Amino acid sequence: MIIRLAPKRHSGFNYMLRLFLAGFAILCACLTANAQEGGLQPILQNHQEIIAKSSRKTIKPAIDAIATSGLPQAQAMLETWAAKNMWMRKTDGQFFAAEKAEGRSYILTDFDTGESVGAYEKSNLKQLKPNSGVRAMIATALVQFQLSDPDRAKRLAALQSIQRDPEGALLEPLRASIDGEPDADLKVQKHRLERLLTIGYDEDSAARVAAIEEMTDDLGVDVRAALNPLVVTKRQAAVEQPVDLNVAKMLIPGSTALSRDDAYDLLVANNLATPRVTSNDIRNALAGNINGGRVGGVPVAQLDNAAARTRAYAALAEAGTVPALITQADIDAALDPHVFFETYAEPSPEVTTAAQQALERIELKVGLNQTLDLTLDAISLASIYFLAAIGLAITFGVMGVINMAHGEFIMMGAYTGYVVQQFIPDHTLSIIIAVPMAFAVTFAMGVAMERLVIRWLYARPLETLLATFGISIALQQLAKNIFGTQARPLTAPGWLDGAWVLNDVVSISYIRIAIFVLALIFLLLFLNITNRTRLGLEMRAVTQNPRMAGSMGINPGRVNMLTFGLGSGIAGIAGVAIGLFAKVTSDLGNDYIVQSFMTVVVGGVGNIWGALAGAGMIGFLQKGIEWMNPSNTLAAQTYMIIFIIIFIQFRPRGIIALKGRAAGD
Amino acid sequence: MDHSFIAKNPSVLVFLTILSLFTLMVTVLSEGFGIGVISTSFVKTLGKTLCLCLIAVAMDLVWGFTGILSLGHFAFFGLGGYMIGMWLMYERTRLIVVESLAQAEIPPTPAEVVDAIGNQIFGVVGSSDFPLIWAFSDSLFLQLALVVLVPGLLALIFGWLAFRSRVTGVYLSILTQAMTLALALYLFQNDSGLRGNNGLSGLQNLPGVTAGQDMVSIWFLWASALALGLGYLLAAWIVSGKFGSVIRGIRDNEARVRFLGYSVEVYKLAVFSLTACIAAIAGALYYPQAGIINPEEMAPIASIYLAVWVAIGGRGRLYGAVIGAAFVSLLSSWFTGGQAPDIPLGFYAIKWVDWWQVLLGVSFVLVTLFAPQGIGGLFDLWANRRPLDRHGANLGPDDGALREKEATE
Repeated sequence: MIIRLAPKRHSGFNYMLRLFLAGFAILCACLTANAQEGGLQPILQNHQEIIAKSSRKTIKPAIDAIATSGLPQAQAMLETWAAKNMWMRKTDGQFFAAEKAEGRSYILTDFDTGESVGAYEKSNLKQLKPNSGVRAMIATALVQFQLSDPDRAKRLAALQSIQRDPEGALLEPLRASIDGEPDADLKVQKHRLERLLTIGYDEDSAARVAAIEEMTDDLGVDVRAALNPLVVTKRQAAVEQPVDLNVAKMLIPGSTALSRDDAYDLLVANNLATPRVTSNDIRNALAGNINGGRVGGVPVAQLDNAAARTRAYAALAEAGTVPALITQADIDAALDPHVFFETYAEPSPEVTTAAQQALERIELKVGLNQTLDLTLDAISLASIYFLAAIGLAITFGVMGVINMAHGEFIMMGAYTGYVVQQFIPDHTLSIIIAVPMAFAVTFAMGVAMERLVIRWLYARPLETLLATFGISIALQQLAKNIFGTQARPLTAPGWLDGAWVLNDVVSISYIRIAIFVLALIFLLLFLNITNRTRLGLEMRAVTQNPRMAGSMGINPGRVNMLTFGLGSGIAGIAGVAIGLFAKVTSDLGNDYIVQSFMTVVVGGVGNIWGALAGAGMIGFLQKGIEWMNPSNTLAAQTYMIIFIIIFIQFRPRGIIALKGRAAGD
Repeated sequence: MDHSFIAKNPSVLVFLTILSLFTLMVTVLSEGFGIGVISTSFVKTLGKTLCLCLIAVAMDLVWGFTGILSLGHFAFFGLGGYMIGMWLMYERTRLIVVESLAQAEIPPTPAEVVDAIGNQIFGVVGSSDFPLIWAFSDSLFLQLALVVLVPGLLALIFGWLAFRSRVTGVYLSILTQAMTLALALYLFQNDSGLRGNNGLSGLQNLPGVTAGQDMVSIWFLWASALALGLGYLLAAWIVSGKFGSVIRGIRDNEARVRFLGYSVEVYKLAVFSLTACIAAIAGALYYPQAGIINPEEMAPIASIYLAVWVAIGGRGRLYGAVIGAAFVSLLSSWFTGGQAPDIPLGFYAIKWVDWWQVLLGVSFVLVTLFAPQGIGGLFDLWANRRPLDRHGANLGPDDGALREKEATE
């Protein structure tokens, strides 16, 4: 082509030079092609030095050359390298895969032929140890091979690696690998990832817009992660309205979006105005210009207030030693001739508009789903509180006995579960055994406590509170002495691991579902006991009128004992459930005792439905407050307690108050 | 009038005499002013114990005499400590900051000083600005006023809300406990403005005072003893008059007092707020001796221990509360301080550090069950003052009233 176009008027020398250069170019091209046909070793040798030194900053050309060589052995070579199994022969600087042989010798294998080239002493070899930065780059280069790897696990790993670290260069290899993907599931994943990469890195705006629109219905976090960088804006200032930038909106200094001070700072940042002199600058300038105990004519000792400092600084500025102060007039003058605007980092307006719209639609859906998720969370929290409070609803609500050691019964239940697990390693079986065991232990404890202490204090509720508190601190310390202060694990069975994932926004762990079911079972059980059994009948009779019940042949002492035992036993079972997700420590009960009392008090005493309503209200309230201020669960608890204190003002007897004679007064 | 008050209450005179003798004795034995038999740290322990006795008197007033089992008085105690701690910390930091800024070439402006103090104090919670609640921290007088005003006002609002809706008995106890928990949780946050769980520290250093801790500890002992004496006198005066009769009436039968035409809520509110103020003063004296205050101190458990002290000492009599607080808290520091000898059982040695709480809990249950009069009841035995034999009739008309069996035990 050069020869044909060469104009006649050029001198012969010039013509010859061009011819020579052309020939040289062709020769070079041939040489490169030959080098690739010659296998990997020549490429490696081309980059011998940087491979041998292998630093993250310099290694890129070498890895690129290997990855784009198109040689099938490149993948194995890169993997060997990343696994630190590539060695260099010191005599000629060639690279080989090495395998340890007898003694201190290594068997070297050529990458291209796959044949052994013999064993060498370690002293003649140098192992290449790429650091983690280089290994990460090798891993990225390997992705394109791995995407078509026959092993499904490797293809999945490659996909995950792209997800973690998306990159425009990976788009083409990913697209190429989709059609050949045999696994339907992976194919879907690959397609999705391809869409996401298209949004971020495709060169064609229309394709990106199409991809954005296609992903609008997707709630995935990765979709939002792909869209968000597109709508990132940056505030800028310029002398006049820019034409080639993707402007999001114009800003007027002095509006709520951009205060005049911020606007001026923006000008300073863009080198369109001189920086303001801060009070710090003034102090440093003054300190630097002390002259015979005076600065600008003001004695140093007087410089302890802003007015004197300004005066001194103004004197210095007049003398020209320091830059002048920026006055309000200066700021106004600087702001006037400039325009302020926000630009997208993304240059294409179609893409940003599409992304903006897509994000809005997604946000709405995410909001709806978050509400659902929050509701599930609240229900789960409510069932935990219900579970913790149901025993208390019996002892406090039905019997009117306040039991400060209730939290310790929960703790004992959890420790019972822990001890059972020490003897029965199978988690499922151990939980099944732990539940009745915990009931038995705490039931016995409750009965003993009722017999020994509470029985004598029925007429003095405040003293019951104190006595049971004494038991509570003794039990807590006892547990500390036996089990130590560190948290003990109570492991949930394997089938309770994981979570029920509806989508990227809504998910709930199986343990929480199990606790919800448990709470439901307890509710039904309790209703059944109180309404359908002899004990329940006697319990209600003794609650309403112990003397009358006594004269009907019911033994109130026995009924009280059994009722208290029942409440305590249920606390023990709740302890096993709570121990599954919380850490089992000796002060586990402390975390639940106040909430449990709140639940019973808010719900209304003497009624299981009250406990349910109370737990529901507290659970939803706490989650609701946490949602408003997600960073701070402590504040959420504080506000909730304040709310409860105020709530008690309006319904002193709780949500569901007993009426008439059953109310007891 | 005063003469007749003392004559009617000889125990007050006895108490004040013992208190002064005790203070004098500690002063003589101390390192700062005397022969140095008692170490400075023990003087501080004694001074702190006097503060605990003062809050126990307050607790006795509200629980033993009015029948309100408040589980929130330690919150007021802590608030008082925080209020004085704010001034101590501000002023001390200011002195340090001014001294270091004086080294600079240019004298600092007031704004620079305040900024530097803010940086010093709030650096640990990643902030440097003064929150609104520190607005008066530069003035000792205002902070001293706040020591009484803040807890008093909190007690007034909380009490008004609780008493007007007729929350009584265990409900009220739980509600006060919830209030304490809410306050402690709130203070645990870093953005509460009181340095979160770091609390306020370095309170033992009085700003501008060059005397050593051995002297300062004695000053605080005197101040605590004075506060306890005055608090005791005030409490004794309150319970001895007509006001005292009404609050005892409220304790024994609230409804009857109401039907007699007394405004029960006002009486309860007055006692609740007054005792909150006394508790706050006790806290304001306690924490400069302790040196550090953090929200952990205000946890609900502390208030329950307060009830334990008063119950063990004997509620319904002021000296009982003092004895209980002094006895249990000193015993507790003796046991948990590792000074008590272990009891070897051959197969197991009982270490009191681990077992003290168990002993305390169990003995508390036993006291509640078998000796509702507490340690103070021993004085009745000594004075041979036996209750009247009522042949099994209750002392009051209601189920909740004191039974004869309990009163005589």
